[in-house]
Amino acid sequence: MDAQHRWRLWRLGVFLAALAPLLIWGWQVASNAAGPEPGRYLLLNIGIGALWMLLLTLSLTPLSRLTRWKGFALIRRQLGLWTLAYATLHMLSYALFILGLDWAMLGSELVKRPYIIVGMLALIGLVLLGATSNRWSMRRLGKRWKSLHRLAYPILGLVLLHFFWVVRADLGEWAMYAAIAALVMATRLPPVARTLPRIRYRLSRAQA
Amino acid sequence: MLIKIARPGDLHESDVTPESIYLSRRRFMGGMVGLGAGLALSGQTRAASDYADVPEGDAPAWLKEKIDATRWQAVTPSDPEQDRVAPFDDASGYNNFYEFGSGKSDPARHAGSLETQPWSVVVDGEVNNGGRLALEDLARPSQFEERIYRLRCVEAWSMVIPWLGIPLAEVIRRAEPTSKARYVRFETLVDPEQMPGQRSSFALIDWPYVEGLRLDEAMHPLTLLALGMYGRELPNQNGAPLRLVVPWKYGFKSIKSIVRISLVAEQPVNSWQRIAPDEYGFYANVNPEVDHPRWSQATERRLPNSLFNPNTIDTRMFNGYADDVAGLYAGLDLRKHY
Repeated sequence: MDAQHRWRLWRLGVFLAALAPLLIWGWQVASNAAGPEPGRYLLLNIGIGALWMLLLTLSLTPLSRLTRWKGFALIRRQLGLWTLAYATLHMLSYALFILGLDWAMLGSELVKRPYIIVGMLALIGLVLLGATSNRWSMRRLGKRWKSLHRLAYPILGLVLLHFFWVVRADLGEWAMYAAIAALVMATRLPPVARTLPRIRYRLSRAQA
Repeated sequence: MLIKIARPGDLHESDVTPESIYLSRRRFMGGMVGLGAGLALSGQTRAASDYADVPEGDAPAWLKEKIDATRWQAVTPSDPEQDRVAPFDDASGYNNFYEFGSGKSDPARHAGSLETQPWSVVVDGEVNNGGRLALEDLARPSQFEERIYRLRCVEAWSMVIPWLGIPLAEVIRRAEPTSKARYVRFETLVDPEQMPGQRSSFALIDWPYVEGLRLDEAMHPLTLLALGMYGRELPNQNGAPLRLVVPWKYGFKSIKSIVRISLVAEQPVNSWQRIAPDEYGFYANVNPEVDHPRWSQATERRLPNSLFNPNTIDTRMFNGYADDVAGLYAGLDLRKHY
């Protein structure tokens, strides 16, 4: 199997793995295994799924630095677009299953509820990144593309704030995601980022 | 001894007896005559036929006896078409009981091991006849009633649930409140070994979970101390072995697994009010006109629902019990006292 073929398989595998949760939740809803409020079940699961996708996307750069494995960089755009897909489905679940497509209600909730405003801002940011994720945009934007796509960091902050405002009784789950996010972001601090290749070097020496 | 001087605006007990109660009493008595059967037999067959698919519980003998002698359907919904009783699996598998976790299915998953026998309740504070009561001694003197109530969660979903229990008023009367008693304060069990939610270091609730009612709310005939539902004892996740049910207030007022009932002079600070006073007040009366800061309370999703039919219905003032309870709040600014 040549290298190109292998990378294509790798990307296909990632695609199927990212699609799988949606299929599983859909199947649970179809087989009445999602409880008495299936819409909310989808809403919450897809929301957490979107956060996972965002965290995974943002871990790819430090992972590449740490391992030098080419595979991580190859799925970055795909996972970024999966983040957008999950976030869009999360918003659609809210509009469809919670508000029952009551547009007037959606309008009033959008202005009144801070956590919804923050979630919407994050989604708009993701749409912007998704729309400029193609090669043509990369060429057109040149150097500015990189600074534009650093928007992913404030988006992560908005998503965590959105999540924080939904929590009612126990911050445990939120704190776990916030800790992962802090770790992922810490790997981007210059001193830490410089250390990652050194860790790789030491690891490879230890193996040899 | 509680001396209550009725103000002109006060409702008499006869005024607040819901139509459904006296209508159902008539229906019940009519049924008795027609059947010519024994009271207990009639009750039993009725319960058994209604809840054939509900798993049998593990109630102690005294509780089984009380349940068998229940006055079935003492309160039923006025609109049975809309207020259809939720399936037992939904009522027992989808609820909040933060002592067992913050997810909706956590209580059903984690509450199974809660030890509810024996159980005792401390009745104390401004009472002449207080003390620690075994659950059976607290419940035995009262007739069990089945009350089919709407339960409106503050999170904008609702279910219709058939409770079994006794009027809280009777328990309070037996405790003989002093003239200083103005409020009732309730506490849930604290037992981190049995309640994983209480072991979480990220919990926002300061255990024990505390709730409170004004004395006249507590004495209201609709206010129920439930020991069962769906013709059997309470499943642990629904607040076994003893919980409060106040149908015109948001669900969080209906405190579960009660170990202490105190008559007090000062208004208690309930747990949710302590956590977020701008979101949850002491009264927590169901009110479609006062939004939760994070969502609208104008409508509710009646559960179970389905994916493309959220089953959204308009939320009613006092959860549809306004005729019975609005008099309790005459002159009170419900926007301020949410």
